[in-house]
Amino acid sequence: MTTTTGPAAVTGAVGSAHTRVEGVAKVTGAARYAAEVPFANLAHGWLVLSTVARGRIRSVEAEPVRRMPGVLDVLYYGNAPRVDAAYEGMMGRPDPTVAVFQTDEIPCAGWPVALIVAETSEQAREAAESLVVHYDKEPHDVDFFPGRPGSYTPDGDGMRVEKGDVEAELAASTHVVDAEYSTPEEHHNAMEPHAATARWDGGRLEVIDSNQGSTWIADELAKLFSLDPASVRVRSEHVGGAFGAKGLRVHQVLAVMAATVLDRPVRVVMTRRQVFSLVGYRSPTAQRVRLGAEPDGRLRAVDHEGLNLTSTVHEFVESSASFGRPMYAADAHRSVNRVVRLNVPTPTYMRAPGEAPGSFALESALDELAEKCGMDPIALRVRNEPEVGPVSGLPFGSRNLTACFEEGARRFGWAERDPRPGVRRDGRWLLGTGVASATFPVIVAPSTASATAEPDGTFTVRITASDIGTGARTALTLVAADALEVEPGRIRVHIADSDFGPATIAGGSMGTRSWGWAVRDAAIELREQLALGGDIPAQGLTVRSDTGAAIGALAQKERHSYGAQFAEAAVDVGTGEVRVRRMLGIYAAGRIINPLTARSQLVGGMTWGLSMALHEEAVRDQITGAHVGADLAGYHFAANADVPHIEADWVDDPDPDDPIGIKGIGEIGIVGAAAAIANAVWHATGVRHRHLPIRPDRVIQAGSPRA
Amino acid sequence: MAPSTSSALTLKVNGEKHTLSVDHRTTLLDALRERLDLTGTKKGCDQGQCGACTVLIDGRRAVSCLQLAVAAEGREITTIEGVADGDRLHPVQQAFLDLDGFQCGYCTPGQICSALGVIEEHAAGWPSAATTDIRPEAGVPELTAEEIRERMSGNLCRCGAYVSIVQAVARAARAEEETV
Repeated sequence: MTTTTGPAAVTGAVGSAHTRVEGVAKVTGAARYAAEVPFANLAHGWLVLSTVARGRIRSVEAEPVRRMPGVLDVLYYGNAPRVDAAYEGMMGRPDPTVAVFQTDEIPCAGWPVALIVAETSEQAREAAESLVVHYDKEPHDVDFFPGRPGSYTPDGDGMRVEKGDVEAELAASTHVVDAEYSTPEEHHNAMEPHAATARWDGGRLEVIDSNQGSTWIADELAKLFSLDPASVRVRSEHVGGAFGAKGLRVHQVLAVMAATVLDRPVRVVMTRRQVFSLVGYRSPTAQRVRLGAEPDGRLRAVDHEGLNLTSTVHEFVESSASFGRPMYAADAHRSVNRVVRLNVPTPTYMRAPGEAPGSFALESALDELAEKCGMDPIALRVRNEPEVGPVSGLPFGSRNLTACFEEGARRFGWAERDPRPGVRRDGRWLLGTGVASATFPVIVAPSTASATAEPDGTFTVRITASDIGTGARTALTLVAADALEVEPGRIRVHIADSDFGPATIAGGSMGTRSWGWAVRDAAIELREQLALGGDIPAQGLTVRSDTGAAIGALAQKERHSYGAQFAEAAVDVGTGEVRVRRMLGIYAAGRIINPLTARSQLVGGMTWGLSMALHEEAVRDQITGAHVGADLAGYHFAANADVPHIEADWVDDPDPDDPIGIKGIGEIGIVGAAAAIANAVWHATGVRHRHLPIRPDRVIQAGSPRA
Repeated sequence: MAPSTSSALTLKVNGEKHTLSVDHRTTLLDALRERLDLTGTKKGCDQGQCGACTVLIDGRRAVSCLQLAVAAEGREITTIEGVADGDRLHPVQQAFLDLDGFQCGYCTPGQICSALGVIEEHAAGWPSAATTDIRPEAGVPELTAEEIRERMSGNLCRCGAYVSIVQAVARAARAEEETV
């Protein structure tokens, strides 16, 4: 199947608002998530995590627990089946954390040490809480701070990029900003905690999971357990949020281990507290940005260094310093990502990994530069618009950042803004407005799909996509409708079953673009076959697609989505309270398939940005090496009352190299949003806040406006 | 003789009586999900912090993870499965669907049950922390966006669907007022 070009067949489904195809199931409670699919003879697994932050397990006192009512088994390093984590998966080498119970070593607090399996969840939980584990403790180190000794620049693409002579350009600049920024450890906290049920059925391993890609998880489980890939089936029909955290994690591995040992279905569900140490998180960052500019704001130098942490067992880099590389023209660019290994769990991808914290630092620094140059912050950004990729020299696919600012400025009322900080008051509140740019790479990965014409005149599309709340299932229905030239109501889209064939993940904002391409290819070829006439056989007429060759043939370009973030903040410097009064985001993010769900995605991302700016912060206790308050009371993310009316909209920006014009919208909403709010807080108070979250104590300590 | 660790009880859920024997440690949430196969009520934190398990008990919203099943005997329990009228969605459900008041859908049953409580509480004149005039003679406060945000803040949504949730609750509340 190679029909990837040519005019789009349009019936008007793409681009018009549709409620979610699974929406009724979700508002009536009928949609079943991973822990809700019934199994006969189900056993329940409950995890036990380490209470020390470094050391060795001296003993696991399993015997007394085995005698407790209902307990079926206690799995730990002394008896767990052997697995092999020395493999390359879809996302590279796995975090060896997935090779659970293979060693007595404890590299961090909250490390899995045992799984209790029992007839009921109450029995499993009580046994887990009764299990005594003896440790030989060793000193741990979880202390993260700027300039941290032991940090290094990792090998690998994009860790360090240099163009021109940054030091010389800074020395020659009229205006220089040199500032340090930090962002805290942040956690995904999808509302649905990770859950998986595994069973062996006729020589096949079946897993009901909550994940971002069932091909990915099936492939990893096959490799980890040395199984024939065809013997592993993973399904994940409904996913209660993911945000980067729902890959291969210990719950799937343990469910498989326990189902294998006990020869019965086993379900493992993480508790909310366990999620804080078992599924990854966003590393804290310590960043330094130096900008040098001419009097007219033209950039001579952009220098960005970002430090983050990783575990002692796996290297994950939150590439915050990479954000500016495709953004602004400058004579010299230097960006370096550094990392330090500590006794903590391994961080992972979290909504806009790199871009979210990186944009906070660089887009705040640009606001500081605008102040020094006496320029409007939007004008400063427009002045530094590049013709080609500032570092790569590659042409842009499409770049409509300026159009986003123009439309946003008009709708936000930016022209009436008084640039002076600390001069607007509404009762006890000081008011200010701020802007920032957003960008996120446009990514696509090979996928396969099938489209079937049924004898009753309906169509069935199958693809191992994952709808983690993005609306992908609905978007793919609309794509198929246009390609088949039929009403969406005649199409059923089945997703998230690894038996449907390989497809990429819901991540990197590439899901709908990658899957949409494959669905469109299959649907167009099916329509062409149907046009030849003839009866449809009883089993239907099925066409398969594979986008691998077409995607492999794409020319190298700077492909990105863009956005302009606007925020208004109200600050009470007496109590330290910051309230965001309104936000507006205008995006150039490719063709929008479903305006209803796309708006939700973008507003959701902006809500994350607000939450990042003002609320989210996981605190690690230096003494225990564990979190303080690892739950939803101790870790506050934005609640309803924290969030004002937020508007998101877009400019026309179809991607020229995508057959549908899609770019991807899952992540760009968070990018730059925290900077826009921090810049608004400066405009309100005259005080720069370079460390997130902008907590009341930080506002109070920063003092009154200088005006 | 060892003390008994389980009891037979009858739970009345969505107008239907269920007699079952439960472990005394079983929460109402787990009894609904694991014993009665009513999995529409969600477990987000299991410690009363997120609201995903919100149900109505005798018409009042409550987090079912902080309630033992044995303590719920004799109460009228309404879960998300009992909200619609057959195939006809309740106005709150319809508004959540039409205005996209959810994304992943996991907090949604709790949000909807909570919204039902909010609309009732507001109609009965209950003030909230966002109510500016709480004197009894002030009457029923207007159900502004500010009021809805405050009253719905016991239900966390990580996808960030609050803006649409507020609109959905407002629309459903207006629909209810018009039918009275």
